[in-house]
Amino acid sequence: MPPLLEITDLSHNFGGLRAVSDFSLTVQEGELVGLIGPNGAGKTTIFNLITGVFRINQGRILFRGQDISAWASHRITAAGIARTFQTIRLFKELSALDNVRLGAFSRCRYSLWQSLRRSPGFREAEAAVTRRAYELLERFHLGRYAHVPARHLPYGEQRRLEMARALISGPQLLLLDEPAAGMNHAETEELIRLVGELKEEFSLTILLIEHQMRVVMNLCRRVTVLDFGETIASGPPQEIQHHPAVLEAYLGRDGELAGGEPGAGGRPPWLTP
Amino acid sequence: MVNPDTLKKLLIWLAAALLLALAWGLPASGALNPYVVQILMYVGINMILTLSLNLVNGYMGEFSVGHAGFMGIGAYVSAILTVWVLPRAWAPFAFPAVLVAGGLAAAAAGLIVAYPSFRTRGDYLAIVTLAFNMIVKSVLENLEVLGGPRGFLGMPRLTTLPWVVFWVVLTLLALRNLVYSNFGRGIMAIREDEVAANLTSVDTRRLKVYAFLVSAFFAGVAGGLFAHLLQFINPRSFSILKSTDMLVMVYLGGVGSLMGSLLGATIFTVLLELLRPLGLWRWVLGPLLLVLLMIFKPRGIMGFKEARLLETGQGYGGGAQGQAAAHAGGTG
Repeated sequence: MPPLLEITDLSHNFGGLRAVSDFSLTVQEGELVGLIGPNGAGKTTIFNLITGVFRINQGRILFRGQDISAWASHRITAAGIARTFQTIRLFKELSALDNVRLGAFSRCRYSLWQSLRRSPGFREAEAAVTRRAYELLERFHLGRYAHVPARHLPYGEQRRLEMARALISGPQLLLLDEPAAGMNHAETEELIRLVGELKEEFSLTILLIEHQMRVVMNLCRRVTVLDFGETIASGPPQEIQHHPAVLEAYLGRDGELAGGEPGAGGRPPWLTP
Repeated sequence: MVNPDTLKKLLIWLAAALLLALAWGLPASGALNPYVVQILMYVGINMILTLSLNLVNGYMGEFSVGHAGFMGIGAYVSAILTVWVLPRAWAPFAFPAVLVAGGLAAAAAGLIVAYPSFRTRGDYLAIVTLAFNMIVKSVLENLEVLGGPRGFLGMPRLTTLPWVVFWVVLTLLALRNLVYSNFGRGIMAIREDEVAANLTSVDTRRLKVYAFLVSAFFAGVAGGLFAHLLQFINPRSFSILKSTDMLVMVYLGGVGSLMGSLLGATIFTVLLELLRPLGLWRWVLGPLLLVLLMIFKPRGIMGFKEARLLETGQGYGGGAQGQAAAHAGGTG
């Protein structure tokens, strides 16, 4: 049985800037792995490389043993890798229901001709995807927003809607890009609980980008730390927290700030559990 | 409780049947004078053009400005068929097939425009479609066999009000079915956020091809109806000015709205007719209206809103009951 996700020697340049450099990561089925690092460390770039937003020039990505390096985004997503975004990217004018139904685009298998004449097969498929979408809206406590355009939803609800959209297709691997961004303490607690629940409920393997150490500490057994595209540390979060290279990446060699903002006790807030 | 979708379906078919009966009966009984019938036919043809352009410009969010190119191809292909290919006696019976042939030819051209849309968006795609329109026009002008700039004539007058109504209803239903399907949602997702669409497994390339194919097909059919109404076509009928008129109708009625398309086509066509006393000046109306709309109401009267009657597929199976069931069963 091959690992669910196997990234080998992945590198990516923007112009002359090396955004990701020789990144390797293996994720086994059922794991919840964290990806942390200061702003601009290349975390989101890695997500964009995994999901085919950027073309891969160096390195290789295997998903369930299959080389997906050259695949188009929609094909990768249809194969079972779903993601959410750092800044919410919902289809703003479309209803919450349609947003969720779009997550199952590749699961709707009928032809253009069938849709034009509303064949029985079309009706069946539409009823099935609509039923499933309502189920997911309910699961994320969004039922009453079903017919509301996504842009009218409150912030937290938009975050949950993104998750519902990602999960309707039944992915095996979920990429969460800073799911706690912009959330207060209580909301973050709630999110930690939710991610844990979803992992069991949907039998997910999760790769998580996060700034807040509290989230990572609570959820992940294994963390990889990036700085300027390089992997500087990898291991359990308790060890990572005290790793000299990690502290240096965030605080600078002489304790000056290089990365995140100053927090209590000279540590950036994301490092405070 | 009756399923609202079933009720709507019944209402739509009733309305369509009634419209067809009226379209047949009124001119025949002499209740409508031929001038009014003529205007109604123009309204219908413009409805087909507006509905089809709205798919690309309103639902998909691209800015195609060369829709008259597709119309022109449909007009010429169908005209060639009835004038040169088919025996005159067959023409009335073969008319639907002739229109479909014109539509298919236009759809083939739609395929050519769909390919650049993979790489370019917005302004750049607008330039591509503009170029397409100009190419179609100048090719027609330089084809001496087709009369060149003097135009092509000799088509029998096959376009009647019932036929126009029939094609309007067909276009409306086809587009409604498309818009409220997986494909329609995907097409709107392209408008909202193309990257996110790809990352929710939407095959955006395939959908762009579909949108341009369907849009061009119906524009081609409208061209065929137009050709067999006027019985004379020339390349100037399918210039950028014609495309501009279609844009006005789309942005007046409302982007991303079927009902808006019907409204836009009706208002614009009737308005243009009422302004006939202004002579040449009335042609200023279209471009001027477009400028004003873009500044003051860029989404039009019905922008992104739909008449309840035309909406479908918001519930499943049992409509409101089905939704209640989902609420009850969705917590597990």
